[in-house]
Amino acid sequence: MIALLRHMRYVLSENPVTLLAFALFAVLVLAAVLGPSLTPHDPLATDSTRALQPPSATYWFGTDQIGRDVFSRVLVATRLDLAIAMAAVVIAFVFGALGGAAAGYFGGWTERVISRLVDTVMAFPLFVLAMGIVASMGNTVGNIVLATGIINFPIYARVARAEANIRRNAGFIEAARLSGNGEARILLMHIVPNILPIMAVQMSLTMGYAILNAAGLSFIGLGVRPPTPEWGIMVAEGAAFIVSGEWWVALFPGLALMLAVFCFNLLGDGFRDILDPRKRT
Amino acid sequence: MKRRNFLKTTAAASAAIAAPAIRSADAQSRAETILVVVESGPNSMDIHGVGTTFRSYGACWNLNDRLLTFGRKTLSDGTLSYDYSKIEPELAEDYNVAADGMSVTFKLKKKAKFHDGTPVTAKDVKWSLDRAVSVGGFPTFQLKAGSLEKPEQFVVVDDHTFRVDFLRKDKLTLPDLAVPVPVILHSELYKKHATASDPWAMEWAKSNVVTTGAYRLEKWTPGQETIFARNDDWVGGPLPQAKRIIMREVPGAGNRRALMERGDADVSLDMPPKDAAEIKAGGKYKIVGVPVENFFRYVGMVVTMKPFDNPKVRLAVAHAVPYEQMFEAAVYKRGNPMWGGAGKPTTTDWPQPFPYKTDLAYAKKLLAEAGYADGFETTISIDMGEATVSEPEAVLLQQSLAQIGIKTTIEKIPGANFRKAMLEKNRPLHLASFGGWLNFPDYFYFWSYHGQNAVFNTMNYKNPALDKLVDEARFEADPAKYAELMKGFVGISMDDVPRAPLYQLYLDVGMQKNISGYTYWFHRQLDFRQLVKG
Amino acid sequence: MLRFILKRLAAALPTVFGVLVVTFVMARALPGDPAAYFAGPAATREAIEQIRAKLGLDKSVPEQFGIYLRDLAQGEFGKSLSTGQSVGRELVTRLPASLELVLGALLLSMAIAIPLGVLAATRPGSWIDHTARVVTTAGVSLPAFFTGLVLIYVFYYLLGWAPAPMGRLDAFASAPPGLTGFYVIDALIAGEGETFISAVSQLILPIVALAIFTLAPLARMTRAAMLEVLASDFIRTARASGLPPSMVTYRYAFRNALLPVITTLGMVFSFLLGGAVLVEKVFAWPGIGAFAIEALIASDYAPIQGFVLTMALLYVALNLVIDVLYGVIDPRVGLEA
Repeated sequence: MIALLRHMRYVLSENPVTLLAFALFAVLVLAAVLGPSLTPHDPLATDSTRALQPPSATYWFGTDQIGRDVFSRVLVATRLDLAIAMAAVVIAFVFGALGGAAAGYFGGWTERVISRLVDTVMAFPLFVLAMGIVASMGNTVGNIVLATGIINFPIYARVARAEANIRRNAGFIEAARLSGNGEARILLMHIVPNILPIMAVQMSLTMGYAILNAAGLSFIGLGVRPPTPEWGIMVAEGAAFIVSGEWWVALFPGLALMLAVFCFNLLGDGFRDILDPRKRT
Repeated sequence: MKRRNFLKTTAAASAAIAAPAIRSADAQSRAETILVVVESGPNSMDIHGVGTTFRSYGACWNLNDRLLTFGRKTLSDGTLSYDYSKIEPELAEDYNVAADGMSVTFKLKKKAKFHDGTPVTAKDVKWSLDRAVSVGGFPTFQLKAGSLEKPEQFVVVDDHTFRVDFLRKDKLTLPDLAVPVPVILHSELYKKHATASDPWAMEWAKSNVVTTGAYRLEKWTPGQETIFARNDDWVGGPLPQAKRIIMREVPGAGNRRALMERGDADVSLDMPPKDAAEIKAGGKYKIVGVPVENFFRYVGMVVTMKPFDNPKVRLAVAHAVPYEQMFEAAVYKRGNPMWGGAGKPTTTDWPQPFPYKTDLAYAKKLLAEAGYADGFETTISIDMGEATVSEPEAVLLQQSLAQIGIKTTIEKIPGANFRKAMLEKNRPLHLASFGGWLNFPDYFYFWSYHGQNAVFNTMNYKNPALDKLVDEARFEADPAKYAELMKGFVGISMDDVPRAPLYQLYLDVGMQKNISGYTYWFHRQLDFRQLVKG
Repeated sequence: MLRFILKRLAAALPTVFGVLVVTFVMARALPGDPAAYFAGPAATREAIEQIRAKLGLDKSVPEQFGIYLRDLAQGEFGKSLSTGQSVGRELVTRLPASLELVLGALLLSMAIAIPLGVLAATRPGSWIDHTARVVTTAGVSLPAFFTGLVLIYVFYYLLGWAPAPMGRLDAFASAPPGLTGFYVIDALIAGEGETFISAVSQLILPIVALAIFTLAPLARMTRAAMLEVLASDFIRTARASGLPPSMVTYRYAFRNALLPVITTLGMVFSFLLGGAVLVEKVFAWPGIGAFAIEALIASDYAPIQGFVLTMALLYVALNLVIDVLYGVIDPRVGLEA
């Protein structure tokens, strides 16, 4: 553990970019937790007399078509966007890790069925699959999470399967088997915990992808319901105002979206460096 | 690669190289072409087809001729409009209503030819009208609205004489022959493509159109562009100026505006109200906006669902709608207000303001009287297809209703599903629009308030007293009596409040400053034939 | 070789069937009612039922699926309700548009990302390495539809450098005589200079929007693969035997790092096909993605099914090509695996 921490410090000092990512992450988490209590204006309050005002000292990011404060909305949306991505990734992670590990560990029919399932999902154009799921089940937060989870599931299942496959005949598994553990218990207590670190890297990378995916769904109108603030919807709505010169309506939520995804991608890279055994020398 | 294959390939390639000389020769200059940008284009070239969209009506309006058409007039602001009171012959030379008023006889234009050169005869006219009343669906419905119901009504007298027998005296019969539906088709050609299971050649007609219209279909790529070329032998009216019309589909409103501002497009349909308002106020191109006749946008309440079954609740909602705010922030004042009217209809103007206005204190009082002092929860349903307008409207309505204790969630329904949702009549509170082609209030009420319960009666509203007045007005020839009947049914709808009308929107069309001749038509589509460039 | 390909194709059959079933069920679960939509504004309930029967939507779902499979076996994809056209023909004309976009983006991305990855790997930890990482990661963090909007605003609206975002060609140019359906190639073959320029200039912005999105995985994989190869024994031997460093890097190391890069390319390609959906919408690009979105919104079953099936077949073909390429590049990888 101490070795890991020391290695972490080494990687961070070697890699200023990862440090930046951690700082960004802290800001995002703060915004998600405290955001709603920090807003200078009510993010839902409309006022047609102050519609489409450019950024100013009062309205830092300007106001939108019906006079809502863009800054407050961007800030408040952090929680929802992160929550959607997090929930989707957790779903993909749990099902992917269990399914993939079982496939890799048991082999045979289990592997065949799960691999087919993974292949089938992969053969879909993933974004269109997500669109289809949300369109046919209705655009609620739950369904957006589910759709995003499903399209991320194959990545986890593949990684978990490969890792479990390598370990199924390893010494410590043999030992567990000889001491009378059941197969299911071995899978849950020995295989899954062992592949968690590798999956964690995936989690951070797919968080970014999940945020983008949710935003894309919003962009074509399959996002959360108005007036709930969400970055993707705000970009989509703001798109109509770019040409008429009200660039702030789309730009700021777009930037927030980009920063969040950027942060998770860099973090994923950073985690990989930290966990990469070849670097740990 | 085998030698033989190689030879084959080179042969094909050299054949292709020979082609460009021919192709560049027919490249036409920009000056004679009008480039129109739209959000989405036609989906069929057959106005009698299943699922034909509004843009197809537009295409068919220009590609086809009808026996009759309407004249034109100049509105007070200088804009050109069709004239409902002037019915003029189009493919007919002239027309005469019989002395007993029970039939009309048309003389066809002798020089009239289809695009392939075949002369038009009365047989073509009969076949085309038979088709319209026989295929079912929208065309049959539309003709029925003018008492045109059976093939037996259409009689070939001789090659160039044609008669329509009336089932009853109906003020809508002649105008109904001038709407986009009763087109004259090349019957011999269509019959060649008919099959036993498809006697009217509906399949072939989806993408083929050979008629007499002012424009020919030069090229059609569904979902991308439609190219219309002028028919120089057109006899339906004065030869149009534009030799070629290109209609390009550009889904993004921002992109369409950019195309217009940079001068790459000549005409822009489907303008969001915000763009129209801003460009009207001083832009690089011009906006022509005409209030859409026989039309308004409204907040509908399903009267069979709790708590909207209580008229007081409906009246309360009608007084909690933030009319001014919606008018300013959602449609940028591109319309005429339909709120703040007198208590009862005093004129026969239509549409006219309803007697509701934003008054939260009064609304709260009404709610308390209805037993909902603490408010209630409900859903506002909107059409995602018109989200640029409906979403801000819904959010403003939501905010305002919250102030009298009504908590709402907003349901966005994709365009395709919206009609189904309205048909189910279970969306308690919704934002929708309706407009009728034939400009009579009774026509509007028949579709949207009458107990026959058409799709557009989205409120599931039924009142026998109103139905009776609407039915009587339908065949009332005396203007004074008609006015009384009209004031009667409009008054009932004001008292019963199934709808809170918002505004009569403008039909806004953007065009470069060198484009003139634009004419407003009741079908709200672009008529290329009057456009002039330069 | 042929046996290997056939075997792989046979193995892909259940996957494709699975895709067919899922898509079919999903399309039927869409809330829209095509019959109500297409019955037109003045429809009565009876009229809608009439149209439902006409469209064959009154039959049970398994029955409809059976009919669908039978039609499919005869190469019939069905008809789009909203455009009235045969879906098969739509796909054939639209697929080249999408592929032109995706392949263009892939080429551009390779041209930038692979040299960048090699450069980063030869100088790990340097400022070049860090910059490359930050820039490519920033690229993959941008939603492609947002990049597209910004590109249009800046390069078309403000600067006027790019042509109007109106599809594959300038409004007044006509499509080159089709051999491949790729306008750029067709125009070259036909020797139409103007059409070629028009097609290329229309392609630039959407390609850039897509390519920005794919730099990161390619650059990252190139870097990692190069690092691994550069640390291996045979490179050390090559260096020790005094070969010039550039020759070691490009002739020996890069060739050996190609394998994982190609796998990534395959992944990126199928990812791009999906990502192009939104970019097509932004640029009014007449590809199959834009077609699919429209169809989904209109609950238009046939195009959705045709689109997903096409994509699934492409995916299967792509994986096959990658496996074959593997065998060609590294003969040690058996084709039996």
